[in-house]
Amino acid sequence: MSESIRFDWRHSVRLGLLAGVIALGVSVIGMVEVFSERWLISGLFTVGHLLLFTVPAGVGYLCARESSESKRSVVLVNGLIAGLLSALPLIGLVFLARAIDLRELGLVNVSPALIDVLTFNRGSVVGSLILMALAGVIGLVGSAVYVIPDSIQRPLMNGVLWTFGVGLFAEVVIAVLRNLFGRGAVRLLFTIGSLKPGVALGLFLIAAGVTAWWGARGERLRGGLASVVPIPQQWLRLVGPALGILLILILPLLLGTYLTEVADMVGLYVLMGLGLNIVVGFAGLLNLGYVAFYAIGAYTMAVLTSQTELGLGLSFWTALPFAVLAAVLAGVILGIPVLQMRGDYLAIVTLGFGEIIRILALSDFLKPVIGGAQGILKIPNISIAGLEFVKPEHLYYFILAGCLLAFFISWRLRDARLGRQWMAVREDEDVAEAMGIHLVKTKLLGFAIGAGFAGLAGAIFAPKLSAIFPHSFNLLVSINVLCLIIVGGMGSLPGVAVGALILVGLPELLREFTEYRLLIYGALLIVMMIVRPEGFWPSEVKKRELRRGEEELLPAGGGNPVEPA
Amino acid sequence: MRGEVRKGMRQQFLERFSWIDLFLWVLRIGVIVIIVWGSIRSLAAGKYSATAWLSLVIAGLAQGSIYALIALGYTLIYGVLLMINFAHGEVYMAGAFTSTIVAEALARYGYAERYPIPMIGLLLVVSMVVSAVVAVLLERIAYRPLRGAPRLVPLITAIGASFALQYIFRGLFGSAFHTYPEFGRMWGQLKVGGTTIQVVQVVVLVAAVVMMAGLYFFVERTKTGKSLRAVSEDKEIAALMGIDVDRVIAITFAIGGLLAGAAGVCRGLYQPQGIWFYMGFFPGLKAFTAAVLGGIGSIQGAMLGGLFLGIFESVGPNLFLEGLGIPAAYQLKDVIAFTMLVLVLMFRPQGIMGERLAEKKA
Repeated sequence: MSESIRFDWRHSVRLGLLAGVIALGVSVIGMVEVFSERWLISGLFTVGHLLLFTVPAGVGYLCARESSESKRSVVLVNGLIAGLLSALPLIGLVFLARAIDLRELGLVNVSPALIDVLTFNRGSVVGSLILMALAGVIGLVGSAVYVIPDSIQRPLMNGVLWTFGVGLFAEVVIAVLRNLFGRGAVRLLFTIGSLKPGVALGLFLIAAGVTAWWGARGERLRGGLASVVPIPQQWLRLVGPALGILLILILPLLLGTYLTEVADMVGLYVLMGLGLNIVVGFAGLLNLGYVAFYAIGAYTMAVLTSQTELGLGLSFWTALPFAVLAAVLAGVILGIPVLQMRGDYLAIVTLGFGEIIRILALSDFLKPVIGGAQGILKIPNISIAGLEFVKPEHLYYFILAGCLLAFFISWRLRDARLGRQWMAVREDEDVAEAMGIHLVKTKLLGFAIGAGFAGLAGAIFAPKLSAIFPHSFNLLVSINVLCLIIVGGMGSLPGVAVGALILVGLPELLREFTEYRLLIYGALLIVMMIVRPEGFWPSEVKKRELRRGEEELLPAGGGNPVEPA
Repeated sequence: MRGEVRKGMRQQFLERFSWIDLFLWVLRIGVIVIIVWGSIRSLAAGKYSATAWLSLVIAGLAQGSIYALIALGYTLIYGVLLMINFAHGEVYMAGAFTSTIVAEALARYGYAERYPIPMIGLLLVVSMVVSAVVAVLLERIAYRPLRGAPRLVPLITAIGASFALQYIFRGLFGSAFHTYPEFGRMWGQLKVGGTTIQVVQVVVLVAAVVMMAGLYFFVERTKTGKSLRAVSEDKEIAALMGIDVDRVIAITFAIGGLLAGAAGVCRGLYQPQGIWFYMGFFPGLKAFTAAVLGGIGSIQGAMLGGLFLGIFESVGPNLFLEGLGIPAAYQLKDVIAFTMLVLVLMFRPQGIMGERLAEKKA
């Protein structure tokens, strides 16, 4: 008994200190300070606080989950200890930074403002005590959340999630409110872009209350509804998708110009993601130079339509097939040399291709053709029958159409012979070949179709900006697209949209994040691969494989469900 | 009978000879023609004297020895884990960037000028330790939990780790360019038969050779080195022989980090400018090219590949491209390196020294 308690303490001490180091790192690289400029709940709570206190809350929860102790009080004490300890490194930082200027020594982000955030604008000693006490309490709460029964935990969590969610995405909520109900509604609930404290409390109570109520009598209600209104179950199941489609169609009306611009960007990434999904998700060929095809599509479009002396001045519709065709051709040409390569080598060679294309676009060598670093200007807008697509709202529907087309093609291909061949190649090239699959043809078709989608995205991107520069086509685009299909779930079509929303949409809404966007991406990639490698919206095949692995308990060795490599 | 066989062979040839092969052959011949034609034209133009070429070669050797030091990390890790540590360029950046920050602080208080040699020693220690720590943490956090996962998975975490590391260091030290205090200048120049050589180039080259000799000694002569070789031969059998495989893998990452940290200081001495959080990416890719060129998994190969790539990259733009009438050929330096990577992987994936590992396992 006493031994197990001692063990638990050591565990929570270690976890607490580890969490403290993480909190210290997040503070030293400047995230806390930057995020604390944005109020989550006006005048009370900033995103920086959220970031800072997620650490003790998380460590308290982890402590409780991993403790072998059954006694609640011991679990809670462990959470308290871990929370208290997680503040120690930060307190060390506070005293160190007050003693010497760490910025002099190169740590540029350890500013007085950061220390003020950490000490709640009090002195070192008082502030540190407050910080430690808060961290301890939050650690305690974190472990309490694990201990309390499900029926209380769920409403509380939902309340917190809704409040913070609305606070974080206040911009979207405000835009929708303004477009639906006018400025009065916005002013009623928000001050300078953040929730009023009372409104936040109300939101929390409503969300928690509704969850508790639904948890208590939701099942009975649903049964009752079905008996009162005789609707077939299939119809009910259609309600969600129908609402989703309606929402997608009227989105620009709700969001206003700026946010529609963001939606356009998300759309372009969905388009590229669907293309790369064919190459990586279906055929398992990790391509890190995907931006090359996007660039080729955009540059072909620009050269063909631009009204400067570099361009031919064709119309968008005349140039579109050529832009897509150029990308497809590039896909085949770049695909041939890498036919023999697998895995890591393929990834790095394609990355090299992408960089070669970018450096060539940037160089003086090709300047007479594609403008070098100055890029190509004066690309005319897209127009249909004299109607010009000028505003982001117009372009939205155009991009939506492109996405739907790509979605349809991907969906049909996935279940077609070609899609099955791709997946066979993904699982095992040698076996696939032995089964009579023509590897060369299958792989090249994958590269070509994937490239075609990117070419289409590029061809829309060029007139959207009306000018293109080599800097728009750097490696980060490839990485973004790769991340979004991994986060969404490799090989899953809805996953692409989900991934694009998370990775392209969210950072635009949380503009404070831009500086740390890639840090978060990187961490997200690692965490996803360790915790949830199948993505947020896994494809059906993946789900089946994972479930099979759990249910059947196959004999060790050869029987494991094979994941795509 | 014989006639039939011959006909069969011809048919076989026709069957095998696809348009893909044709394309690859055209590519091979095209590359050779471009290189030869460009070189002939450049040499015929006589824009550069022999001593100019020689100094380009020496600059290439110095640059190449930095690549070689980084390439050793790729090769060692590939040797034990059969994976490409995509984030190794960031390990190099970590040491170089941190030591630059320390060097700047030291220079501000005047220590750098007063005690240059101990300072370089200190910077070397800082850089190597930081890189090694980063490498070990990287292994612990991003790779160890995924051992035995499909090949694509650790590659993806490596990409993630690469970006996370870049932006962590950007957050720590800011996004501005930093400059190493100019230790390099103090050694001045050397005149050998009409060619001026910067002494720092020689220092870098010698330092790299010493490091590599030390590594060779470590791997071949020490007990840990022996267990390292055992693990790279077969992890399971090594574990059965009582070798702590996880520990050996961590040590491998640490050694890779130490070498990368040393490369960081060499880079700072040789090219003091332009040190920032993104400095590791391209050298990382190029060092990978060097490792592949030499034959991944081979220590001598990494050294050779690094030096060769350095020379190729330094001489290449002036030799191959300028002769073709390409303006500002130096801008295409990186294109040469990447093209070389692609060509090596296409036509000789086992590299100069390597066995036929690549096809079997990659």
